[in-house]
Amino acid sequence: MRFKHFQMPLMLLGLAALGFAAAWPPTTAWAAEETQTLIKDFKFTPVSVKAGTKVTWVNMDDEPHNVVSDAGLFRSSGLDTNESFSYTFDKPGTYQIHCSIHPRMVATVVVE
Amino acid sequence: MSDEKLLQSRRNALKCMAYGGAGTLFVLAGGVFTPVNLAMAGEYEKGGTKPGKPLFVQISDTHIGFNKEANPDVDGSLTQTIDLVNGMAEQPALIIHTGDITHLSKPAEFDLAQQLLSGLRTTELHTVPGEHDTTDPTVTEYFNRFGKASDNKGYYSFDHAGVHFIALINVLEFKAGGLGTLGPDQLAWVAADLKGRSSSTPIVVFAHMPLWTIYEPWGWGTGDADQLMSQLRRFGSVTVLNGHIHQIVQKVEGNMTFHTTRSTSYPQPAPGEGPGPGPLKVAADLLPKMLGITSVSVRAHPRVLTLADTALA
Repeated sequence: MRFKHFQMPLMLLGLAALGFAAAWPPTTAWAAEETQTLIKDFKFTPVSVKAGTKVTWVNMDDEPHNVVSDAGLFRSSGLDTNESFSYTFDKPGTYQIHCSIHPRMVATVVVE
Repeated sequence: MSDEKLLQSRRNALKCMAYGGAGTLFVLAGGVFTPVNLAMAGEYEKGGTKPGKPLFVQISDTHIGFNKEANPDVDGSLTQTIDLVNGMAEQPALIIHTGDITHLSKPAEFDLAQQLLSGLRTTELHTVPGEHDTTDPTVTEYFNRFGKASDNKGYYSFDHAGVHFIALINVLEFKAGGLGTLGPDQLAWVAADLKGRSSSTPIVVFAHMPLWTIYEPWGWGTGDADQLMSQLRRFGSVTVLNGHIHQIVQKVEGNMTFHTTRSTSYPQPAPGEGPGPGPLKVAADLLPKMLGITSVSVRAHPRVLTLADTALA
């Protein structure tokens, strides 16, 4: 497990350098235990965090959105403008999320 | 334009907005449903030609709980709508609400919506949920209040005046990135429900999201609606009603009429205009140009559907 723990950030940096420029900068918080990410213009921002990080989504749109895990791990209430939802990602992995009000809104949370 | 004139035109615009967003009345004329704008229905009371016996009124997208600039008083808009319906000389037998009763699925929003809707003189209310009604984490608030008719499944059917009504739910089985979904269980139920029914039975199908693809990038459609349509095609008169997109879009295909109704809360942009299907803020002087009246009439023999859109300015 330790080995994997050291490898993943390097891999991610490599991926970022290779062509994730469009989504750059992602919400990154390697050192912090909390990070905030905005939902804006009907879009999530890709999130990359360390295991144990509490991720908070804030809705900046006039239209409500919610944050739903594709795998059914969590499902927020409908978030009105400026309302937020938090979830702490304890285990490393790649998590797919979407908004059930606007299912075209999808994003990935990478937890290292 | 003078200030007084501007004020006058703004007043008229607001007045027209109130009526324009009020709802749709369906009348049974010669066995064919004719959707007419509710404001126009009001005119019939004043000595105009009566189009037929009012069967039901469709109200949609009341979004109780919404309080943003696009309409800070959605309660007032719904109250106005209800007054308009109650003011009809001949009351419709049914009211159909095609979803987004609330904005955020909050208990207080549902309570207020129910309280307001209880002001309708017509007491038989049929509902389907919109995706805004099912955003509570446990998806129970809508069903606790309106689930009885469908045994908490969200879909059910009933008959009235020889017409078969089918209420469907297409906002639950959302797949990420996809359109609305009916799902195999519901489609199988529809097949069983229609089995043995005479093709001459007029059918009314209603759901929240459009049952045909209007604009896929915004999810304005239902992914497996084709499987529903193939079951309905044998019927001589099928009316498919939806809300969701806060504007009128209509399509006629053979014996099937597809119609989305306006919202009572706020307008939404035309497909693809702007970042997404959010509330459309409209300047007062632009409002008359962006709102209008749609009158739809059907002649029974031959079955010809005519549609007239009139902008307010």
